[in-house]
Amino acid sequence: MTEQAVAAVPRRESSVLRFAKGLALIRESWVGMVGLVLVLFWVFVAIFAPLLAPFPPNATGAPLTLPGGPSLDGSAVHWLGTDQLGRDILSRIIFGSRQVLLYAPLATLCAYLVGIPMGLAAGYRRGLTDDVLSFVANVILSFPVLVLYIIIIATIGASGTNIVIAVTFASAPGIMRIVRGLVLDLRNREYVFAAETRGESPWRIMLVEILPNARGPLIVDACLRLGYVVITIGTLGFLGLGLPPPDPDWGGMVSENRQVAMFLPYIAIFPCIAISSLVLGFNLLADGLREVSLRD
Amino acid sequence: MLVFAVRRFGTMILTMFVVSVLVFLLLEVNIDGVATKVLGPYSSQEQRHLWLQANGYYDPAILRYLRWLGNFVVGDFGESVRFKVPVSEVLWPRLANTGILGGIALFFASLIGLTLGVIAGMREGGARDRGVSVVSILTTSVPEFASATFLMAVLVFQFQLLPGTSGMADGFDPVQLVLPVLVLVIYDFGYIARMTRASMAEVMTTHYIRTAVLKGLPYGQVIRRHAMRNALIAPFTVIMLQINWLLSGVIVVEVAYAYKGFGSLLYEASLNQDIYLIEACAMVAVFVAVMTQTLADIGYTYLNPRIRFS
Repeated sequence: MTEQAVAAVPRRESSVLRFAKGLALIRESWVGMVGLVLVLFWVFVAIFAPLLAPFPPNATGAPLTLPGGPSLDGSAVHWLGTDQLGRDILSRIIFGSRQVLLYAPLATLCAYLVGIPMGLAAGYRRGLTDDVLSFVANVILSFPVLVLYIIIIATIGASGTNIVIAVTFASAPGIMRIVRGLVLDLRNREYVFAAETRGESPWRIMLVEILPNARGPLIVDACLRLGYVVITIGTLGFLGLGLPPPDPDWGGMVSENRQVAMFLPYIAIFPCIAISSLVLGFNLLADGLREVSLRD
Repeated sequence: MLVFAVRRFGTMILTMFVVSVLVFLLLEVNIDGVATKVLGPYSSQEQRHLWLQANGYYDPAILRYLRWLGNFVVGDFGESVRFKVPVSEVLWPRLANTGILGGIALFFASLIGLTLGVIAGMREGGARDRGVSVVSILTTSVPEFASATFLMAVLVFQFQLLPGTSGMADGFDPVQLVLPVLVLVIYDFGYIARMTRASMAEVMTTHYIRTAVLKGLPYGQVIRRHAMRNALIAPFTVIMLQINWLLSGVIVVEVAYAYKGFGSLLYEASLNQDIYLIEACAMVAVFVAVMTQTLADIGYTYLNPRIRFS
């Protein structure tokens, strides 16, 4: 009897499935699809880098080979040429995607893990908590971003971990502001009042009732932010404040290859194209997601 | 209005104060680090100890902070370790150079951004709107260092149209400004265009625009007299806030083209661990940023009659 009653109630789809279905709506936006394809392309390249790259990323051969020139032993082709140390540019771009696709999502994730609780607390508790957190956010956001990165990196040194720390520190206030704005709107909904009446704890309300309903704008923001963090990591690499050599990183490659641009103007452009296409992918994806989310 | 302005300046001073504490904590609390940076990595423990003692570094941190802040307020930033002259002697000329570069870039970025934004926002979802949004996504996806490198490869080395560095070694040369300005404009106009577009599109849906169109006014007049006046208030704030972003872009562009400005100064300072120079640059950068934010807020309040008269 009871078993039948249970069976009669249609099973609610798991939240993971519903989430995936929501994301699948991106198919309806061609802009978003182009972005998704670009991002997935680089994810694919990063995962299968050792299979795709014709050379090991730090192996040296004849320096400054022209694009399409043969390797020293003639067994393979340097499709995009080699740099001043004779390293294959294509292979370095392929392996460089691993660096950027490891650190950019990691740094963005850390920034959200710090920014979301701050925003939830500021928006839900209001009052003094809000004033203090908002002021701190304003102070950090009043730094021109790159100035902040340069000071932090100059203080704690350049490394992958420190980039994650610096990005977290610089981006969390922005995330906090967005979350706070969303919470200020959502905290007056009936389901929040219902949860308060049930006597649920504030953090349970914030994390279980409010946060899931703020996910739409946050996903769009995350995509934009990912693109921006990719730019940041590239810029730090370009300035020599990023990931330490010799492992390839796109920004660092640009600045190394620029030094020989007088003889081979184009070898510095290839990593530029790589980083721009990845950022474009994230931006288009964000645009597509926004478009789709506004539609319904 | 006056009360608002005073309060806004109060917040600004408070922000600057907290920023100064932050900068001090980051760079000056570790006094061994300070001594190493000033005297160089090969100085002996003894030398550092004597230097720290002579310069009052063994005083309590609060006292040191207040003294440091006091010197800062009157413009005494200490001596640059790398240039061996007072920081202010290097800083102000460099800042003026950056003002020229940034000012020209901001002017063109605003001009292009506002024009494209108004054109796009006039008919939301139209072909022009789509075109502008695609172009602005494209241009804001290319990092400054990438477009700097790309333009250098094409315009300098391939076609040899422009000089590749902007060091101004033989006096001021406007031609050397073309590339840096171009890079900054390419990166920055897209954002202004998108914000203007959003503001314009919103205004175009209002009743007074509908009324103006229905009473038979020429379309151009509706756009110029009725729509743009209101649509351009929000972008004013965006442009002012853009200065904060411009300061970041300026660092990359100045390093890429060896322009002798504020950004390359901060960069050199950080590479050389020139601590007092870093501090001064950071404080000045934040001051400029906070100042523009404050002016943006006050200006917005003044420009928007709905706020001004309430």
